Amino acid sequence: MNSEKKKIKAPAFHVEKREGISFRKACAIRATAVVLSLIVCAIVIVLITGQNPLEVYGGIIDGAVGTSRRFWVTVRETVILLLIAVGLVPVFRMKFWNIGAEGQILMGATASAALMIYIKDSIPNFLLILIIMIGGMVVGMLWAFIPAFFKANYNTNETLFTLMMNYIAMQIVNCLIVIWENPVGSNTVGIINGATKAGWFPSIFGNAYALNIIITLVATVCISVYMKMDKHGYEIDVVGAGTRTALYAGINVKKVICRTMMLSGALCGLAGSVIVSGASHTISTSTAGGRGFTAIIVAWMSKFNPIAMLAISAFLSFMQQGAIQIASQFGLNENASDIITGILLFFLIGCEFFINYRMERTDRGDTEDKAS
Amino acid sequence: MTILITFIVKAIGQGIAILFGATGEIITEKSGNLNLGIPGIMYMGGISGLMGAFFYELSTDNPSPLAGMIISLLCALAVSALGGLLYSFLTVSLRANQNVVGLAITTFGVGFGNFFGGSISKIAGGVGQISVATSASAYKATIPVLSNIPVIGKLLFGYGFLSYAAIVIAILAWYFLFRARRGLNLRAVGEDPAAADAAGINVTVYKYAATVSGCAIAGLGGLYYVMEYLGGTWSNDSFGDRGWLAVALVILALWNPLNAIWGSIAFGALYILYIYLPGLTRATQELVKVTPYVVTIVVLVLTSFRNKPEDQPPASLGLSYFRENR
Repeated sequence: MNSEKKKIKAPAFHVEKREGISFRKACAIRATAVVLSLIVCAIVIVLITGQNPLEVYGGIIDGAVGTSRRFWVTVRETVILLLIAVGLVPVFRMKFWNIGAEGQILMGATASAALMIYIKDSIPNFLLILIIMIGGMVVGMLWAFIPAFFKANYNTNETLFTLMMNYIAMQIVNCLIVIWENPVGSNTVGIINGATKAGWFPSIFGNAYALNIIITLVATVCISVYMKMDKHGYEIDVVGAGTRTALYAGINVKKVICRTMMLSGALCGLAGSVIVSGASHTISTSTAGGRGFTAIIVAWMSKFNPIAMLAISAFLSFMQQGAIQIASQFGLNENASDIITGILLFFLIGCEFFINYRMERTDRGDTEDKAS
Repeated sequence: MTILITFIVKAIGQGIAILFGATGEIITEKSGNLNLGIPGIMYMGGISGLMGAFFYELSTDNPSPLAGMIISLLCALAVSALGGLLYSFLTVSLRANQNVVGLAITTFGVGFGNFFGGSISKIAGGVGQISVATSASAYKATIPVLSNIPVIGKLLFGYGFLSYAAIVIAILAWYFLFRARRGLNLRAVGEDPAAADAAGINVTVYKYAATVSGCAIAGLGGLYYVMEYLGGTWSNDSFGDRGWLAVALVILALWNPLNAIWGSIAFGALYILYIYLPGLTRATQELVKVTPYVVTIVVLVLTSFRNKPEDQPPASLGLSYFRENR
């Protein structure tokens, strides 16, 4: 093929895979991408609003961490995003594209809402919270098992299957909203157990979101240990490297696919419980709110490194909360945050190329070198 | 009888937007690119067409429908093609993961649509509700004499030109993919890019061209929805999940644009079935809306059961191709 290429004339630049890159250099590339994306966002903001971009970025910082309440909301959003991303790590390591996190979160959230609505304050609150968390995990697990079963046994395309499951989950929620609506005719569920606070996560050390943080930390540590130290984690990596290799090594591939996907679904379901019990105290089709999709990007971009996942989740939540603030401050529509997030993501995704590859000037006299 | 005709007409009206998206996505997927950004691209196509027409009608006292139509058509095509170019640049040239890029484009595109849809009147200086009735009238115009024939006129000739364009484009796409030499090359790229490369096919060019033109076609779906279906207005999130239905329709159609034509009408029918089924409560209505997705899953599972080679997704779907990585 090289000889054919030479006939056409070699391009002025060619791409070479890097053998490795120093941590510092990788950070520098990412930082450049972030700075560039912020500049592009600033240009977009100026074009649309005609405001001073520095003022707008001041507004973003103010909106994300300006007051104690706003700071904790940003933290709350960060840990939920992190929890979902952590849940997605095992399946992605297996090269199984679970883009159904959105649906698994919604089903976990639905189970939690149902338990809150039907059990109410008839049992002690800690017991109810425990049941809610288990309920969310079990339902999320079952929701994830359906596509996993077909993938394992019939090699059904999991990307498309899990995607469709999201919308089935959404319609189930729509149906239940009608049944649970409060007040009648509002087409919303309203705050569940607003008076008794049954099933709400309690404040610990005076902080309403302490339990959210604890759950996420425990899950992150557990998954990191599971992936690094446990035999299961090794099996997942082997299946990810290739099912044939795994079969040859005597790994039961079907079992690993189902087990890993159920684990992932359980964590997404748990995230649904955390959203309902620990944050919104209600359920709607926007309970997952695209986090299932954003978390995919978080997990993938951080190469499944927990610290990197925390950093990216925090950054995205920061920008999103900030964008909500500038939207109200400058009288724009809230969706400004999606545009800013989108631009940030394009740059962060694009910069990975420069971490993995290197552009080299082609020496036109001697293209044979390229092959070596 | 009348209710049946109304039902079919409404089903086709719903289906056309999905058909545009599905045709575009089939062409894209045949090159091995699984573009999950299609829902976002359709939003972008819709809003940019609307904005083009809006600013045109704002700038002249006496806007002509034809000029408004051409401007909005060009705006929609250009912006959605740019979306496709961004996707191709990130996945083909920068070798980023297709699913991740696609989802990011959907986040961006839906936000782009809702942002401009929600604040366009404020940006233009507070003119109130956006409405481009003049330009939309060109999209809604039906065939003059034929559409007045009873029954058949309404059923066959009662649509704007974009509806017919959707079907014509789907047929042309089928012809291109399965009867033309370049279509064969494109399918080869989607099945086995390394083999195609070895045969002298420029994989990069094919992937770019298929994705950009696929996105331009999908963007027309958004434009159709805004102009012909809504009549030249915008309401946030009203386009809803039609973009994902288009991705689903690709599976139902087994990657064949001809199947997508009847599939889109079937999806449109399933989408509005709940209005026509008697005896539904509000809760069960919501459950009936789930049918398009369930049908898609059943088709997906059945095709993987039967394992017929011509019904399978393109073999390299979702994988990026790097010549050096072999």
